[in-house]
Amino acid sequence: MAEREYAYYAGCSQEGTAKEYDTSLRLVLKTLGVSIKEPDDWSCCGSTPAHTVDHVFAAALAARNLAIVEKMDMPSLITPCPSCLAVLKKAHLGMVQDESFKNEVNDLLDEPYGGGVITKSVLQIIYEDVGLEALAEKVTHTLPDLRVAPYYGCILTRPPEIAQFDDPENPISMDRVISAVGVEVCDFAFKVECCGAAFGVPKREMVNKLTYKVLSMAQDCGANCVAVACPLCQQNLDLRQGQVNSTMGSSFNIPILYFSQIMGLAYGYSPKELAMDKLIVSADRLIRSRLPVEEFRKAQEAEVKKKKPKTEKAGTKEKTTTEETE
Amino acid sequence: MDTINLTKSVDWDFIEQVKKESGQNPSLCYQCGNCTAGCPFTHFFDYPVSQVMRLLQAGQKDTILNSKAIWLCATCETCTTRCPCEIDVANIMDTLRIIARRENMVSEKDIKTFYDSFLNSMKQHGRIFEMGILLSYNLKSGHLFTDAGLGPKVMERGKIHFFPKNIKGRDRVTRIFKRFSEKAKRHG
Repeated sequence: MAEREYAYYAGCSQEGTAKEYDTSLRLVLKTLGVSIKEPDDWSCCGSTPAHTVDHVFAAALAARNLAIVEKMDMPSLITPCPSCLAVLKKAHLGMVQDESFKNEVNDLLDEPYGGGVITKSVLQIIYEDVGLEALAEKVTHTLPDLRVAPYYGCILTRPPEIAQFDDPENPISMDRVISAVGVEVCDFAFKVECCGAAFGVPKREMVNKLTYKVLSMAQDCGANCVAVACPLCQQNLDLRQGQVNSTMGSSFNIPILYFSQIMGLAYGYSPKELAMDKLIVSADRLIRSRLPVEEFRKAQEAEVKKKKPKTEKAGTKEKTTTEETE
Repeated sequence: MDTINLTKSVDWDFIEQVKKESGQNPSLCYQCGNCTAGCPFTHFFDYPVSQVMRLLQAGQKDTILNSKAIWLCATCETCTTRCPCEIDVANIMDTLRIIARRENMVSEKDIKTFYDSFLNSMKQHGRIFEMGILLSYNLKSGHLFTDAGLGPKVMERGKIHFFPKNIKGRDRVTRIFKRFSEKAKRHG
């Protein structure tokens, strides 16, 4: 039986351009003993476009979903998408903190929202509820070639009053989650810089310039791939990487993986199962060296043994040379 | 820098309106510039966000509502996170966009067209239909080939659907749109 249970709001992107995020998360959550239940007939949260129209209207589009979840009687709702997260949390907090706002929102809805749903990101419950120790226990494979720049994007931990998770300027949850599954993490200075978000279509060049900076910094910190927790960050960095190269004259070839895909690789799922083939910039060259933990350990031991006689030989050689010079 | 005649051009009602709709107090801003220093979009703005705040304190309604800055803001929340006066600056930018939209003073038409395509898709299907949004944007904006180069990449990887999927309760979502527009009409 599953140890933990949550309502799971996938969000529209996870059914389309970010299918691999959803696919890999479901596998990872299963491994971690977390069971999820989708709210029946959920609708789009409204995302950025809705809150350029009206605050009450935007909250109503989100709250329709919260009202559905409320009836499910689950301890909390989790979502992989930071934009859905921010919108759902803003609607919830706005409604529980201001009775007249709550009434205005409910006036737009068929079924009112009472204010009883706590929403968290999937990353948050993996980090806080499952915990690093349990994450490490499930590791079956080693990924010796991955050096990851963990990229949180702008709104997963900000503003702190809404996000209520990790640090707004220097978040560390994803760093620790990736380290816990045995993968090397780089010290990445642009963790929370904005990728250009929803402007990819109407203001492409602006987005390309911003992602150019993020990709350059990832390369400069020694990473060979970027881990993300946001479908929009992934799209701007991966799908638009070719545009960045042609607009900015760069030659990036940096795979952009969902953190859940990295976890899934460490838990032994095949690249196919984790929908790695949906990435535009292929990560194949970095994950080809993946080995079961046991085999990796043996290979390392053999390497050490191979080196030992060599160092002895080198030592004797050195001795002779010193003798010779003497 | 422009000189503004404050005796003649301060729109006090506008300041009150923004205060009321955002729940924020712009007078608290002492122009430290921390918001602008952290703003990833400031190079693209016509008025940096700290200047938008100053213009707001001076009730410069037309300048603000006609600015590109309020539309190029992506609500990344850096300003809100870093404001030492604890002003929710991103919320003010959001409120300014809402008022600009209401008063039909949108300086960045393409951005609004994209947002509207998104919302229309949601209104029709309950969830968004990515391909439909792009096609509708390209037609309405007149930029017919936006992201056409990305088509083959997403198609060969099966990352995009060719047909929309309607949720069962899409009329419930449509009703939210309807009730809102009726309410907006009532309030002028």
